[in-house]
Amino acid sequence: MAYTNELRTRLTQTLEELSAAGLSKDERYIRSAQGVEIEVEYPLASAPRRVLNFCANNYLGLASHPRVVEAARRGLDERGYGMSSVRFICGTQDSHNELEQRLAEFLGMPEAILFASCFDANAAFFEVFFGREDVIISDRLIHASLIDGIRLCEAQRDTYKNSDTEHLEKKLQMWKERARSICVVTDGVFSMDGMIAPLDRIAELCEQYGALLVVDDSHATGFIGRTGRGTHEHHNVMDKVDVITTTLGKALGGASGGLVAGPPEIVSLLRNRGRPYLFSNAVPPAVIYGALEVMEMLTEGTALRDTLEANAAHFRRRMEAAGFTLVQGESPIVPVMFGDARLAADMARSMLDEGIYVIGFSHPVVPMGKARIRVQLSASHTTEQIDHCVEAFIRCGEKHGVIGKDIGAGS
Amino acid sequence: MSGELREKIIQFIHDEYVDDGTEVDDNTPLISSGLVDSFSMVSLKLYLEEEFEIEIDDDEASTEEFETVSRIQSLVSRKLQERH
Repeated sequence: MAYTNELRTRLTQTLEELSAAGLSKDERYIRSAQGVEIEVEYPLASAPRRVLNFCANNYLGLASHPRVVEAARRGLDERGYGMSSVRFICGTQDSHNELEQRLAEFLGMPEAILFASCFDANAAFFEVFFGREDVIISDRLIHASLIDGIRLCEAQRDTYKNSDTEHLEKKLQMWKERARSICVVTDGVFSMDGMIAPLDRIAELCEQYGALLVVDDSHATGFIGRTGRGTHEHHNVMDKVDVITTTLGKALGGASGGLVAGPPEIVSLLRNRGRPYLFSNAVPPAVIYGALEVMEMLTEGTALRDTLEANAAHFRRRMEAAGFTLVQGESPIVPVMFGDARLAADMARSMLDEGIYVIGFSHPVVPMGKARIRVQLSASHTTEQIDHCVEAFIRCGEKHGVIGKDIGAGS
Repeated sequence: MSGELREKIIQFIHDEYVDDGTEVDDNTPLISSGLVDSFSMVSLKLYLEEEFEIEIDDDEASTEEFETVSRIQSLVSRKLQERH
């Protein structure tokens, strides 16, 4: 035993500092299946109450969809609970291979490889392909998992201002003679503000300067673009993105699992050298079966993503008409801006009292002075539920004096 | 020269890193405030090397040396003196 007093004191102090700064993450217990109507125990030990959920990544409403649940149950019945193995020993079933093929086909990519999460996919990627002679140029607002993945490799690193393609071009010019290969990395949709990356121009620049383009499309796969393929479909550059990383943990059923889709050599090398792939258990059969059913549903038609798009447009229209400041965009992530952190937190608390579950985000998750409530729409929300949410916003906004107030919408 | 050097460094930091109108002066924390993150520091190093025709070793391009305009100015001045 060596849990010393010095360490204990230091950790306690850190926890106290987090708490004093209002940055402690307190988890709320959900006592029902995930969905648009959930039962929440908050504050802890209070009587659970039913609320409308507007903060899940359950974009297509598939987290508890009967078809997906039934398929997962079939996976359990036919293939058991766990694989008790990594993929390359005895953890690969035919269904893993089938799902990888379906995902690659859906994304319009040659091949795909599954990981335990998209965090793992991003953590695996860069180290395998890039060394000291190379440079990775990333958007300044990429997801934490990409940042950690880039940190794990020895390549040189540089960044460009969020979605600023002129700045990106300057960086490409600067590095073109200095690096063996250049990799450009962006999110497809930025999770905190819902903005869609200008992938058409980014892809054009990558082609011009010979840079590999890697896009994390976790907040887009399944619903952005005419048939839900993602940001590359939205911008009509399906054939101009080299690598896509994305997740099964959001729109595609919301359970767990992530993937890298790209050229065969990249996928094969990841199977051989991707450390999180080599040293993590295979995705369990129930999740594989559930995800296969999701892929089936998404190829049957676009009804779910169409409904989601209409829901997001309806919510934006009504909130703007009510005088709220939103970050403009087209995705189902709709940030309602409050500026002040305490105001955002107070609004979120009042919204819960109204039966609407949303969360306030403040620094350091978003820039100082840009506190917000991030509303996430789902295809499962009804128009009545969305209207109910807007009306609750109006009542809480009046209570806290925020409606029509001049709040900068820049993310 | 030191006034010109200072102005050039501040101008570059504004152009390269500032999105929201933050004013940068001699003692504004650059690294610890997150204005310049570890991924972006390389741009600053390359700019200083090219603009002032100096070489900065990787171990000299530390978060401490790049923490403020004042410290960067000292680093560049030292390098310019070594060159002469």
